[in-house]
Amino acid sequence: MAKKTPFYEKHLQYNGKIVEFAGFFMPIQFEGIIPEHETVRTGVGVFDVSHMGEIEITGPDRLQFVNYITTNDVSRLALNQVQYSAMLYQDAGIVDDLLVYNLKDRILLVVNAANTEKDYQWILQNKKFNVEIKNLSDNIGQLAIQGPKSELLLQKIVDFNLSELKYYWAAETKIRGISILLSRTGYTGEDGFEIYMSANDGLKIWDIVFDAGKEFNVKPVGLGARDTLRFEMRYCLYGNDIDKTTNPLEAGLGWIVKFDKGDFIGRDALIKIKESGLKRKLVGFEVIEKGIPRPHQKIYTNDNEIGFVTSGTFSPSLKKGIGMGYVGTTYSEPGTKFFVMAKEPIPVEVIKGPFYKKGTHK
Amino acid sequence: MANIIEGLKYTREHEWAKIEGNVAITGITDYAQSELSDIVMVEPPKVGTQIKAGEAIGTIEAVKAVSDLFAPVSGEVIEVNEKVIKEPAIINRDPYNEGWIYKIKINNPAELDSLLSAEQYKELIAGH
Repeated sequence: MAKKTPFYEKHLQYNGKIVEFAGFFMPIQFEGIIPEHETVRTGVGVFDVSHMGEIEITGPDRLQFVNYITTNDVSRLALNQVQYSAMLYQDAGIVDDLLVYNLKDRILLVVNAANTEKDYQWILQNKKFNVEIKNLSDNIGQLAIQGPKSELLLQKIVDFNLSELKYYWAAETKIRGISILLSRTGYTGEDGFEIYMSANDGLKIWDIVFDAGKEFNVKPVGLGARDTLRFEMRYCLYGNDIDKTTNPLEAGLGWIVKFDKGDFIGRDALIKIKESGLKRKLVGFEVIEKGIPRPHQKIYTNDNEIGFVTSGTFSPSLKKGIGMGYVGTTYSEPGTKFFVMAKEPIPVEVIKGPFYKKGTHK
Repeated sequence: MANIIEGLKYTREHEWAKIEGNVAITGITDYAQSELSDIVMVEPPKVGTQIKAGEAIGTIEAVKAVSDLFAPVSGEVIEVNEKVIKEPAIINRDPYNEGWIYKIKINNPAELDSLLSAEQYKELIAGH
């Protein structure tokens, strides 16, 4: 039986279309993917992301331990700073991508919903140094407030001067007397915040947010638009673009791998991969005329199969098909053209950077 | 609850057909458009094409999903709705009227008997 988040009854109340996702009953959409996508690009939308997992690491050696199990350099984090990172297997395959919150007396790892239990077991198995590890996921509710008007909305209700909260920083603060963890993070490309709260406070916070957001026409947003928004920014999705069969270097995530920080799980394998040269790369491509790439379709150039699609969708902002996939390194340069094999071959062209370039995140 | 119109014929693949003499006007049902959501591309068969009942003869793409268009009856495609090709979201708004997709000149009227009635189609989607 799938789990319900603290906001399940709100999804029903707002006529959300409910699907089972990563073991949870979640809204795939409310009024429609395209209008919800627009809401986040131009106004402010609220996502229930309570299905995400939260794993807490405490103890005197927590920085050292998290540095050992993740690829990015935790020692560079100031108090209340947040970092995008990954955990690797010994062979450099990706266990998960995650956020690392360096908080007072603890580190919070925020992991993908479908991976929470797997990640928790992996972290326990690799436990060393003087640390304690707790899976807090079932007791935490999480909302993402995203869009250019998110600061205006939240400033009405949060006890914190948001102009002082920079991108990828957090604050332990309050909303109308209720304790929350607030961060200026999100996966949409727009300015936005994520709020972590006790599951019991979820419905109260939802009502406060929607009440304060009336003047900005705030709306609930489902998983459908969450995916089109993240994809337009070309952010990787675990299970599609990255997984245990891929490594961060070929996925374009070299920037979260800090070889100079000392030992971490997967480091030796990654160094070998780097020295022998990458065989394939994850690239983004746009459809040249018409057609929409879809995950798992094969990629061809003339008669040679050169790769496969990992994510593909219609882009509501660009009004055309966009895709991501692994191709042989020689085909990864921007401007390279190849075909995605749908019913009819779809000609596409490799592009650099995000698909949508006007996001308001700072 | 999906809207189902009395007097139309339906397929198990969620197309509808409105029979006017020897012509079938076709589209996809309200249930189908709601399952697909946000339709962004429609490719009906070209005018003049001979199609066979049950054949996949076109494509309908939504933001997150792609689906085949199946021919409800055999015959010749005599007209396609250029308006929905330009603005596919019409199908989401009004699947049975403005959102019709193409017209077929029916070859074999006996095939109509194998299509579902509104009542039978209602039962079909109740199982979903």
